[in-house]
Amino acid sequence: MNQFQVPDSGASQRARIAVIGLVALFAILIVAFFRLQVLESSTYELRSESNRLRPFPIEAPRGAVFDRNGRVIASSVPGYSLHVFPPAASGVMETTLERLQSYLDLDDERIELLLERSRREPYQPLLVDGDADFDLVSTLEEHRAELPNVVVWMNPKRQYQAARPVSHLMGYVGEVTAEELEQERYSEYSRGMTVGREGVERQYEARLQGRRGLRYSEVDALGRVVSSPFGQVVQAPAPGADMQLNLDLDLMEWIHHIFPDSMRGAVVVLNVEDGGVLALYSAPTFDPNSFVGGIEPDEWASLNSDPEQPLFNRAVVGRYAPGSTWKLAVAAIGLQLGLVEAHEHMPRGCGGAMFVGNRRFRCWNQAGHGALDLVEAIQHSCNVYFYQLGLRIGLERLLVNANEMGFARQCGIDLPLESPGVFPRGLDFWEERFGYRARETEVLSLAIGQGPNDQTPLGIAQFYLAMARGGQAPAPRILRGEETSDVWDIGISPEHGEVLMEGLRRVFVPGGTAYMSSVEHWQLMGKSGTAQNAQDPDRSHAWFAAMAGPREEQPEIVVVVLVELGESGSIVAAPLAAKSADYFLRKRYGIPTDTIQTLREHRLTGTPAPWANR
Amino acid sequence: MKALFSRWALDSGFILALLALSAFGVAMIYSTGQLNVPSPVVEGAWIRQLVWFVFGLTAFTIISRISSNWIEWISVPAYVLAVVLLAVTLVVGTGRGTAAGVTSFLQFGGFQFQPAEVAKIATILALARLMASRVEAPGHGSGRSRSWQLTDVIAPCALVGLPLLLVLLQPDLGTAMAFVGILMAVLFWSGIPLTYLFLLVSPAIALIVSFNTWLFSAYMVALIGLLHLRRSRLYTFEYVAVLVFNLAVGTVARLLWDSLAPYQQNRVLVFLDPGLDPRQAGYHLVQSKVAIGSGGMTGKGFTLGTQKRFDFLPEQHTDFIFAVIGEEFGFVGTVLVLSGFAYVLLRLIRMATGTGSHFASFVLFGIFGAWITHVFVNTGMTVGLVPVTGIPLPFISYGGSFLLMCWVAAALAVRVARRN
Repeated sequence: MNQFQVPDSGASQRARIAVIGLVALFAILIVAFFRLQVLESSTYELRSESNRLRPFPIEAPRGAVFDRNGRVIASSVPGYSLHVFPPAASGVMETTLERLQSYLDLDDERIELLLERSRREPYQPLLVDGDADFDLVSTLEEHRAELPNVVVWMNPKRQYQAARPVSHLMGYVGEVTAEELEQERYSEYSRGMTVGREGVERQYEARLQGRRGLRYSEVDALGRVVSSPFGQVVQAPAPGADMQLNLDLDLMEWIHHIFPDSMRGAVVVLNVEDGGVLALYSAPTFDPNSFVGGIEPDEWASLNSDPEQPLFNRAVVGRYAPGSTWKLAVAAIGLQLGLVEAHEHMPRGCGGAMFVGNRRFRCWNQAGHGALDLVEAIQHSCNVYFYQLGLRIGLERLLVNANEMGFARQCGIDLPLESPGVFPRGLDFWEERFGYRARETEVLSLAIGQGPNDQTPLGIAQFYLAMARGGQAPAPRILRGEETSDVWDIGISPEHGEVLMEGLRRVFVPGGTAYMSSVEHWQLMGKSGTAQNAQDPDRSHAWFAAMAGPREEQPEIVVVVLVELGESGSIVAAPLAAKSADYFLRKRYGIPTDTIQTLREHRLTGTPAPWANR
Repeated sequence: MKALFSRWALDSGFILALLALSAFGVAMIYSTGQLNVPSPVVEGAWIRQLVWFVFGLTAFTIISRISSNWIEWISVPAYVLAVVLLAVTLVVGTGRGTAAGVTSFLQFGGFQFQPAEVAKIATILALARLMASRVEAPGHGSGRSRSWQLTDVIAPCALVGLPLLLVLLQPDLGTAMAFVGILMAVLFWSGIPLTYLFLLVSPAIALIVSFNTWLFSAYMVALIGLLHLRRSRLYTFEYVAVLVFNLAVGTVARLLWDSLAPYQQNRVLVFLDPGLDPRQAGYHLVQSKVAIGSGGMTGKGFTLGTQKRFDFLPEQHTDFIFAVIGEEFGFVGTVLVLSGFAYVLLRLIRMATGTGSHFASFVLFGIFGAWITHVFVNTGMTVGLVPVTGIPLPFISYGGSFLLMCWVAAALAVRVARRN
């Protein structure tokens, strides 16, 4: 066996090298640890904190909304959301959801949907019910032991105490969508936040929305919340501002009560003094509370596919031919142009119809009204009189003057969505819309509020508001106590305005179209309208535009009622307007409310109405 | 009492340090079980470790009483058996726990162990036997000797290379590195000229620099210069072999690289730039650095590490246990633990120098090579000094057969050191 000569013989040298190498290696290690743990430790301390603490938002309660008398329309109440926390073992989610089935309504389809979501975000709390009621929460608390992963979080939730009557006015709330988050308007928002949709909720979103608070919870490497699910609050949420509306909730509820269930339509009540919106109602309604915590998909689908279109706000978005309610505009134009006077008769009396060229244009009263002056023509809503007045004004002049008055504009109400009126700007309109040149006879339709003239119930209400105020109407306001500089001036002189008012007053005297809708205490004035429409050629829309106030005084409120396919303005719409006005004024003047209000109701129930024969 | 301990331990200071490290390891494994996130893997792990600790001490007691001659005699059959076991593992082995993709465990009934751990010790013994038969360890010279030649490294390289290759095939890069450590340490201790040692590792350097053409060219020029200086001591074929081998490695490096598993490539790339991929391969390193760095000077306190508690640290009771130590005991803790290892390793050098036998001396240095590799690579990877490799920290990391084999090695060390 050959042995080698170790070149640097002796243990000492190799051992020394080994020791030096060992010391060098450990010196490198210690320097590395010194750098990390002493020199850079503050950086890593910060990173370790942000590693384990994750911010979670605390929702701020939305501002409450009150009516003019301080009644609560909508508020924030404690809500409970039900979450299943991600379990450590697989399969637990399934069994937890199956167990939950015995406590709340979860069909298999919904469970499949939830499991799908939990597979997509396996370490996030799974939202099972965004709006659990208190009974359910207490039941679950009792069965805590068998449902260890179920966590109930308290979140403020919207509650619409006023519910259905205010559905269109208030709008509703929903979770902000991914698309919305990309918009400028929602740049300050983040996922999971509740935003106002439609109505006041959307219009005053910025005021009602509070500021979210912040809490930190400890999470593990997978983002699972591991400590108390309630975390540590570092910033308390700031609730949204409360607001008061011009609305009278009692009146809204009354309107909801008297409006026929089977009918569609709208009621607008404005305060003459300031243009405040006392009521804004659209039928059919929906329950805004069902949107809280996320509306059920099938409920959403049925609201959207309902042929009655319950989500459609007929009062400010719906547009209808104004029918005879618009005769007042024709009368005003005629008076302003000096083409007619209050007691001027037209050349031809009403014989139930009138021929222009070889076409026969009918009055609604086939028996005819005979010879009438302007005031009487308004009282009886005589078409033949207004045909002749229209011809006297002429199509072109009518278009110019109606546009000057402002029938193709928006009222400027403080709501997110409002349709402007539709009215031809000029003669081109017919060619553009219908493909033929306007004939002079178009003026006959327009003169009685038919033809290509569509107005919202709100627009008609503002027109009547302007007449009641002597020519100028501020934009209708929903928010109480806010001045508006947006004023609609219909441009009529006081004496002409008085003529129109006289005509409207006569509608409620014996022989007037709405006499049967007279009420005991109040001076009602107004105009019915029965507007033919494309929806159903056999059934007209029923309109009634009213003013009401104490007798011998100026009107205090304007009420406009539209009933789709209501057939008769005077029989269907007028009583609704009269009953709404009566209810509100009785309340204002402290007279007990009665359900038998109109003359017709007195007659039908046999209740004497001595006041009617004065 | 003190005398009794000294009689049992054979080397009181050395064993006391190892006992302290093992006990600390059990405590740290207990700490890694203190989580805010339920984890069935770590629960009760400290009790299992404690049981294995007792096994280890039992093994120590028995093996440290075995005759040194018998140890020398068993080295060859043990080596053969270990190589066979490694080969068998490749065929029927199973993965386990976090190393599920690796076939490194053999199962006997309900008992699993890693043949690579046995192979490490068997290889140390066999290598020591081989070297003792051919070489005088420093300080044990008899005067009858001849000069070293580069070809003399072929036999020891082959002896270590066989189990190393089998371990690499598992593939277990960490344990393979331990074999390299053993070979290098023993060769170093055999008195091989440092130039030869350098020439031996030169292909590895060529591999690393081959990714930059300029660097590789400069390296080759330097290598030729070195060979030229030493030409009188080298045979021409050695000269040529070194050059050809370097060139070959440099050129096939790309191919070799492509043959690496993607996770291995990633680990190398992430080692070069941890920020490269913080969520994937870099995750281990980033989270480990956050844990250690946030520990600061004195740490967050025993069981209170938040990186650990919230499960940010991967493999925190096995390969990354040192990060937990750093997080909970701070710089003071890391220095203390490192000092413990430094002391143990220094003792091994002292024992190797002081022993009367070549075989014993090489065994001690083999153990030194294995442990220093484990300690340096394991702690170094937690701070990004070396690539993240699955390699446990001796006496501290969780793992039954690993702890047992550490104590077996300790027993062998104190036994062979006491030969005379």
